[in-house]
Amino acid sequence: MDEPKLVKLVNGEKGNIIKITSINLDGVMRRRLLDLGFVAGALVEVVRKSPLGDPIAFRVSQTTIALRKEESAKIEGELVSSGK
Amino acid sequence: MGNEYRIALAGNPNTGKSTLFNALTGLRQHTGNWAGKTVSMAQGSVPFKDKVFQLVDLPGTYSLFSNSKDEEVARNFIVFEKPDVTLVVLDATSLERNLNLALQVLEMTKNVVICINLIDEAEKQGIKINEKLLMNRLGVPVIKISARNKIGFPLLLDTIDRIITGAIECHPAQMKYSDEIEEQIRKIEPKVREMVGDRISSRWVSLRLLDGDEALLNELNKRFVPEGVR
Amino acid sequence: MGIQELYSEAQQLSTAKMRDDIVQQLYDRSHQLCQEGVSYTKSDRDLRTEKLDAIFTSPILGFPIMIAMLGLVFYITIAGANIPSAMLAEFFGSLEKYITSFFTLIHAPAWVNGVLVLGLYRGTTWVISVMLPPMAIFFPTFALLENYGYLPRVAFNMDRLFKRVGAHGKQSLTMAMGFGCNAAAVISTRIIESPRERMLAILTNNFVPCNGRWGTLIVLSSLFMAASYTGGVKSLVTTGVLIGIVMFGVIVTFFVSWVLSKTALKGVPTHYTLELPPYRKPKIFDTVIRSSVTKSWSVLVRAVKVAAPAAILTWVFANIYIGDTSILMYAVQFLDPFGKLLGLDGYIMMAFILGLPANEIVFPILLMGYLSTGSLTEVDSLVALKKILVDHGWTWLTALNMMLFSLLHYPCGTTLLNVYKETKSKKWTFLSFLIPTVIAIFVPFVITQTVRMLGLI
Repeated sequence: MDEPKLVKLVNGEKGNIIKITSINLDGVMRRRLLDLGFVAGALVEVVRKSPLGDPIAFRVSQTTIALRKEESAKIEGELVSSGK
Repeated sequence: MGNEYRIALAGNPNTGKSTLFNALTGLRQHTGNWAGKTVSMAQGSVPFKDKVFQLVDLPGTYSLFSNSKDEEVARNFIVFEKPDVTLVVLDATSLERNLNLALQVLEMTKNVVICINLIDEAEKQGIKINEKLLMNRLGVPVIKISARNKIGFPLLLDTIDRIITGAIECHPAQMKYSDEIEEQIRKIEPKVREMVGDRISSRWVSLRLLDGDEALLNELNKRFVPEGVR
Repeated sequence: MGIQELYSEAQQLSTAKMRDDIVQQLYDRSHQLCQEGVSYTKSDRDLRTEKLDAIFTSPILGFPIMIAMLGLVFYITIAGANIPSAMLAEFFGSLEKYITSFFTLIHAPAWVNGVLVLGLYRGTTWVISVMLPPMAIFFPTFALLENYGYLPRVAFNMDRLFKRVGAHGKQSLTMAMGFGCNAAAVISTRIIESPRERMLAILTNNFVPCNGRWGTLIVLSSLFMAASYTGGVKSLVTTGVLIGIVMFGVIVTFFVSWVLSKTALKGVPTHYTLELPPYRKPKIFDTVIRSSVTKSWSVLVRAVKVAAPAAILTWVFANIYIGDTSILMYAVQFLDPFGKLLGLDGYIMMAFILGLPANEIVFPILLMGYLSTGSLTEVDSLVALKKILVDHGWTWLTALNMMLFSLLHYPCGTTLLNVYKETKSKKWTFLSFLIPTVIAIFVPFVITQTVRMLGLI
């Protein structure tokens, strides 16, 4: 089996499914992300980009949540499926 | 008044919580100012049989960990204002995230009814929910409704009524955490119980203290520690 | 043992990871419950929402659709409000005759009819007939888009632009709400969770011209900016000028947001998450009834509450004479030199000051001053209206300055009250008054002095 490929959420392509391994944020933003289901081990799908490229919408815990690149650049995970 | 009961509505944003509130109360609404002061919540009455249910529409929140003013207000109402029944409104099409909030409410208070809203929408999407199983696992009534099409209201109101009269008793299932966390809870819970007694769940307060919830600490100070002792 | 010690003890037992673990385990449990209790006969995806999102947030179509939607809402509001507004005005007009003849019948002194009918009654009914119909259309239309789930997509599309100036994408929604009513929009900023971005949205909301200012803007641009055109070209030019004014308001909003987020609001914590809920067909009837009843009604009640005293006050000022000059005229003469600096005059400044309670009454008060009738007047034809203004020395520059002042000046009384209620801070409420006022004085001043220097007028 291949070594799992680590990617940041911000670099995910549309359709990618990423399993979260780490969230490098603190304070209220970290707590808010946890509450929305961005917890370690959760599967996140990259859904779409805003027309201007940022923010990016993710499918997590059966809901769609948009994050700005400042935050999504600090969430990392294993690429589970490229979705293609 | 002897036949008035307070019912709180909690839930994630976008779950149709306010739709349910509006559908049940019609135009019998007004905004009330509660202890939270900064956030005013809509209130409305629902006559049912010989009783009047006073519904309070709590702010829609993703959790009740007091990350924001809204969460603090909702949390304080459930824990300290002690509504007779707390309705947790869940979106049937995204049950996973919504249940997360329900589990938190079950730790906080005893009389809880879980409303799975948008059930017609979910069925259209091919989502089947076994509410009996959820009821067994959670220990409180679970009712499927559709607020916009007014499906399931009689059962919902009847269930609330029967909880108030004591015909149904809720035994909210307590979340079991990892051994590590449970051990810390065991260490601190007896001391918490000494302080808050049976007024609020000592297990829940212990968890919040372990989590470092300073907003709750301030609230407890305000409510439980007499002036001067502080 | 005190609760404080207990907390310290808990903190020693706890680790930084614990909170993460608690939430993660809650999610694991939710996930497990769903595995057991929920079955999916189709895929667990909402295909309809995905298809609609592909259109509404498309890189090519996203923005044109957004602009078209905004245009449509305006069109429905303006076109739909004309007839009921005229009907209401006519109804109140004929009712007034009866009230006046009743006062004559019981031989009431002239001032009673003056205060109650010419002041109170005309003032409040003017506000009702001008404000109610557009609001009764705008708010339900907006609520339908909201309940359908379209509005979060607008915030998604626009966020990048707002981020540049330190604001939140959802501010685009509170701004859109501001076209209807700034006071209601200030309350709607609650949708912005992050404190800093919310404050920006509150402080800059009045740079979006509300319903009460549209009338003034439309009349002035068609009378002075598009005066030399006729027919279709005329309404095209009028629309063009209005778009220009709105765009200028947006630029000022961005500029003020940018300055504030670099200065007064620097370092205030910020966090951004935006949920895109599934599209859902709204219950049209319920939505329309509820939003017209609750929102339009409450906004209207507050507007009348502030408009009524202002109308009475104006009448009294205009009818109490010291020597042979009314109090109103003293004030006008006092304000005139300052007004002239901004390319306006004393009457206009007076109208804006007395119009603090509600922007709707600024223009009527102005006409009242020019005609010195002491009561709110409706002038029948636009030609007559223009003659009155030109007779008082108006040029296109006066009109432009008045439009800009109207766009940029301090929020109305109701809005200020709501700012205070939402921020609970006298400082921020005062700033929400001060910032627009300074800008509203600065911009016309610069324009006027420049135009005069270049000898354009």
